Amino acid sequence: MQGIYLDNNATTKVDEAILAEMMPFFTEYYGNPSSIHQFGERVGHSLKKARKQVQALIGAEHDHEVVFTSCGTESDSTAILSALKAQPDRKEIITTTVEHPAILTLCEFLEKDGYVVHRLKVDTKGRLNLDDYKKVLSDNVAIVSVMWANNETGTIFPVEEMAELANAAGVMFHTDAVQAVGKLPIDLKNTKIDMLSLSGHKLHAPKGIGALYVRRGLRFRPLLRGGHQERGRRAGTENAASVVALGMACEQAMQQMEYENTTVKALRDRLEQGILAAVPSCFVTGDPDNRLPNTANIAFEYIEGEAILMLLNKEGIAASSGSACTSGSLEPSHVMRAMDIPYTAAHGTVRFSLSRYNTEAEIDKVIAAVPPIMARLRKLSPYWSEQGPVCEPEKTFQPVYA
Amino acid sequence: MWEYSDKVKEHFFDPKNAGAIEGANAIGEVGSISCGDALRLTLKVNEADDVILDAGFQTFGCGSAIASSSALTEMVKGMTVDKALEVSNQDIADFLGGLPPEKMHCSVMGKEALEAAVANYRGEERLDDHEEGELVCKCFGIEAPMIEEQVRVNRLTSVEDVTNFTKAGGGCSTCHEKIEEVIAKTWEAMGEPMPLAASTSEPDEDLVPLVVATGVKGKLTMVQKIKVIEQVLDDVRPTLKADGGDAELVDVDGKIIFVKLSGACSGCKLASATLGGVQQKMIEALGEFVKVLPDTEMAKLQAQG
Repeated sequence: MQGIYLDNNATTKVDEAILAEMMPFFTEYYGNPSSIHQFGERVGHSLKKARKQVQALIGAEHDHEVVFTSCGTESDSTAILSALKAQPDRKEIITTTVEHPAILTLCEFLEKDGYVVHRLKVDTKGRLNLDDYKKVLSDNVAIVSVMWANNETGTIFPVEEMAELANAAGVMFHTDAVQAVGKLPIDLKNTKIDMLSLSGHKLHAPKGIGALYVRRGLRFRPLLRGGHQERGRRAGTENAASVVALGMACEQAMQQMEYENTTVKALRDRLEQGILAAVPSCFVTGDPDNRLPNTANIAFEYIEGEAILMLLNKEGIAASSGSACTSGSLEPSHVMRAMDIPYTAAHGTVRFSLSRYNTEAEIDKVIAAVPPIMARLRKLSPYWSEQGPVCEPEKTFQPVYA
Repeated sequence: MWEYSDKVKEHFFDPKNAGAIEGANAIGEVGSISCGDALRLTLKVNEADDVILDAGFQTFGCGSAIASSSALTEMVKGMTVDKALEVSNQDIADFLGGLPPEKMHCSVMGKEALEAAVANYRGEERLDDHEEGELVCKCFGIEAPMIEEQVRVNRLTSVEDVTNFTKAGGGCSTCHEKIEEVIAKTWEAMGEPMPLAASTSEPDEDLVPLVVATGVKGKLTMVQKIKVIEQVLDDVRPTLKADGGDAELVDVDGKIIFVKLSGACSGCKLASATLGGVQQKMIEALGEFVKVLPDTEMAKLQAQG
């Protein structure tokens, strides 16, 4: 498929070498890794290698601290539910208002069962206030779950520091790091992080494979019970082909980390600056000084995100939006709302997320394509006049009933 | 992503009548930026014969909002004002070859803008019942009269339908119970039995089983009871239909539920076994002991007095 793919925080292309590596596991190496015979043994060895590759990327002290799962969401659910099960007397959870739905929806569900959820607020740049955090840390808290980097804005949270604070208070700490793994250096053995979720399809492995890091010795209760796979922490026959793919993806990510933080970052900056210079009334959301190297989230005021995406798509450019209309929920992104982004802008946020496969030529095409699209939609907008936004848009345009 | 018809795409990628009309004498503005869509409709009406000479729109919104606005302006040009008022939101959706259910509210917005523009032309105050109604959905500022109207006109039966047409309930969802009440009241006012939610909504996983799970025995109101009974019958119906039969609720008398078996089921030697199975399901669903009898038993029991 031709086109410019700038939606890598949603999912990534499977690297060709990774695909080649996993293929034999559908044909030749189909054995069950639990089996004693040669068919199983061959697969078992490959899983072992993959586990070490994941271990290396996240800096875990032991390879058996890596538990393979089916996806990031499973890892998140496993972590939180395990902490609650293992510590039945602790009925509180600390998280943030800007987590992925994998965490937030689970927390809402747990509230119905009587758990108390503390959701830490963010400021207009999407940053946490650690004083708020310290206030709610107590013996009643079963687990703190804070994302390493935000999927929409790329804003990075100080999870290492927060884990130290949790540890000092005797509270378990989990981080959803699906966006951070492979883009930021992570060295778990030198942190107090107890559990970490990662997902294969965010780093050029296929969909349907994830992992949960569980610190050695941490009290743990499995989500899936059954066979002895993953040392009894995650029953179910291993998804061998995908585990192998995840292992290789982690090894590649390790090698590409510098490239991501130099070349990809430079491309991102080029894109962002190019757009900001050419389009009036737009701004970067989140914390530009402290974010993932591949993510740019730009709010285009007075126009709506779905319309932007449809026109971008027509030009062959793939991105995503925090607009209400693209989500099906009719509410603009909870992340934008949490940052107090005005409605005039929240509906028009567009996330461009790059990967190591993007080129400078692609970025320049996007920079050229974006301004006319915004001008075209603004021409249709009742909040925009020839010269720019109408003054005090909420007052000038006052519909009779909303 | 949404599945838009070619017509929607055509009107989005190449909108007709975009922009405000110079010298417009009918202006309608609806929606709000907080909701994510807003529309200003400007019409130029010939005051001699009330014919709409020209129409223009300015829309802040998604693809289907822009397409709906474009379609509306195309539709009303050349119509008299009275004729234009007969255009319904469904007409707008039909003109576009249909809209995804979640996007029906875009066509409603078009209809409302048209009403507002005509009111403006006639010098009428458009601040009617909309201002006085009870605020139901706080997230989108939707009041009861708006929901009532959409329920009436489009014969909506579920919260999901209402959300698709008005946006009400699409946010924090705390008003869902309230919306259900408004739907029920509106159908009552229409003097028609509401079609049993054969709507697009998924079975509400919390609702029915929760009653059982909490072990509330005998505390269901008659209406709730009947709802549960109908649900059980709906669940078994496909099985009965597969055998060429059907079942419907006739009456509830205390702990006895009378069911009429029809088609291949009536007179079938296994009818009592079928009802036995239904009874078991009823007991589980209602959380109390009930007896399920064929309606033919009703007369006998009544005769016994």
